[in-house]
Amino acid sequence: MRRVALDLRADIVRAGRDVDGGVHLGGSLSLAEILSVLYFSILRVDPQNPHWPQRDRLVLSKGHGNLALCAALGRRGFFSIEELSSFNVLGSPYSMHADFHRVPGIEASAGSLGHGLPIAVGMALSGKLDGAGWRVYCLLSDGEMMEGSSWEAMMAAAHHELRNLTAIIDRNRFSLDGPTAEIMDLEPLYDKCVAFGWRTRQVDGHDVAALLKALAPPPEGDQRPTMIIAHTIKGSGVSFLENRASSHFGSLTPLQADQALDELRQAGASIGLEEAMG
Amino acid sequence: MSEPESAYVGLSSRDAFGKVLVELGRANPRIVALTADLGSSVRTAWFAEEFPDRAFDFGIAEQDMMGAAAGLALAGKIPFVSTYAVFASLRAAEQARTDVAYGNLPVRICASHSGLTIGPGGPTHQSIEDVAIYRGMPNMTVIVPADGVGAAAATRAAVHLSGPAYMRLSRAKEPTVYRSENGIHLGIANTVRQGTDLTIIACGPCVGRSLEAASLLAGEGIQARVIDVHTIKPIDVQTVVSAADETGTVLTVEEHSITGGLGSAVAEVLAEAGQGVRFRRLGIPDQFPTTGPYEELVAYYGLDAAGIAQMARGLLAD
Repeated sequence: MRRVALDLRADIVRAGRDVDGGVHLGGSLSLAEILSVLYFSILRVDPQNPHWPQRDRLVLSKGHGNLALCAALGRRGFFSIEELSSFNVLGSPYSMHADFHRVPGIEASAGSLGHGLPIAVGMALSGKLDGAGWRVYCLLSDGEMMEGSSWEAMMAAAHHELRNLTAIIDRNRFSLDGPTAEIMDLEPLYDKCVAFGWRTRQVDGHDVAALLKALAPPPEGDQRPTMIIAHTIKGSGVSFLENRASSHFGSLTPLQADQALDELRQAGASIGLEEAMG
Repeated sequence: MSEPESAYVGLSSRDAFGKVLVELGRANPRIVALTADLGSSVRTAWFAEEFPDRAFDFGIAEQDMMGAAAGLALAGKIPFVSTYAVFASLRAAEQARTDVAYGNLPVRICASHSGLTIGPGGPTHQSIEDVAIYRGMPNMTVIVPADGVGAAAATRAAVHLSGPAYMRLSRAKEPTVYRSENGIHLGIANTVRQGTDLTIIACGPCVGRSLEAASLLAGEGIQARVIDVHTIKPIDVQTVVSAADETGTVLTVEEHSITGGLGSAVAEVLAEAGQGVRFRRLGIPDQFPTTGPYEELVAYYGLDAAGIAQMARGLLAD
């Protein structure tokens, strides 16, 4: 899964180099381990049968992370990863924001923030009503926890005892204009989630083992929805993009991309993955 | 010719909707009802009584409700969302547009207390822009039933639509237009009175009032045709164009702003058909309505039978 995370980062970097007009680099890179763990360990999905009724559902509420999501879906086999080279090209299924009409494996269209958790609540209500075995996962940005609709859904999920719902906040501490602490402070985020009635965990969002542990199913009898606050680094894995609001959206020059890919290769080598980075 | 009278004659559109929803729920387990603390007002509470597991209250949180409706639909349910028209069309508009309409999901947005029916509730609760807003959303069917029977037929038909629908309901009982659901089909306007001197095209409670106005005009020797355009989108172009052709004068009547609603939709049809007929839109002028008892408000804006007849006379005298 660490290998997959590095692959996803390389896909994102190459898109940053090749896609005209730029891509959402920072908030895509911060998702690498989370998506890797979800698609390569946690989610019960069938790339050959994307509408399998018993599948787990992932709603990417931070729809601008679609580049990372599409990379994960491609790597998981929903389509050929080579197709990602058409990102943002006129008529391509793969573009800036998540779109379930166009891409197999995407469960809900998203892009406008604060929409995904309500949609996930509806899916979880449906699953609960049917007594279904599948779970719903919702991947949120920290910035979109500034939206009132996110907190409406937080209330509803606890009220309706949606134990089949897990939300993950990509807590990279930056929104478009700057640090969330300056734009609109979200803290104490953990306390807020607990106060809203969620079974809440905090983990290093780049630690695969910690993510796996946090994503374990809730204990029997616990009817609360699960919230995982994943502390991440915006632009993670590329030194000159890390922890900068300016890495939210942009392009990479070939030179920058080479440097970024080199850093990823070194990171792979340091964990014994010299042959990685295909 | 005699056919059994519908059980919904004399009911308001919201009451008929609430009753039919329960009937539909018995036949189709995929139907679920959502409300935002207005289940008793919009009559989804009757569904909740019989099917408590399939009724979801979101509290006073319309955005979450509309998004959750999209999620329920994505997971295979047929959600009926209920709230007041003003909240359905404004507070939850982006979720309706992006989550429901773009998703082309089978969500039925059932919005009561539309137009002026909340009376003294004033501009915070009146809804005079909702048809304009929903008409602008691709994939969306927009329905404004004329009375209880119209609402019953529309609710039944809406279940079978593959995409989303907005259904505008009234708090007050509308004047009776229909005795039977037979002959009411989404997308096909109903000519509810024949006439050759002018055509009054109306929706919602204004259909019954237009029929009353036509009776007044008939006493003066003016034969008004009255058409119920219950499906504002997609609009029945053929019926509108033929009526304009045959009568040469068209008056639209709606309990909605004259901007963007039925009148605008008819104007678009006539302009694109190249029909230079005498034409007037009667509705709420481009201003926020005042407050007062409902029937008095209706008369104040000339949307009662006397006001409609007066506007018709003026238009014919032009």
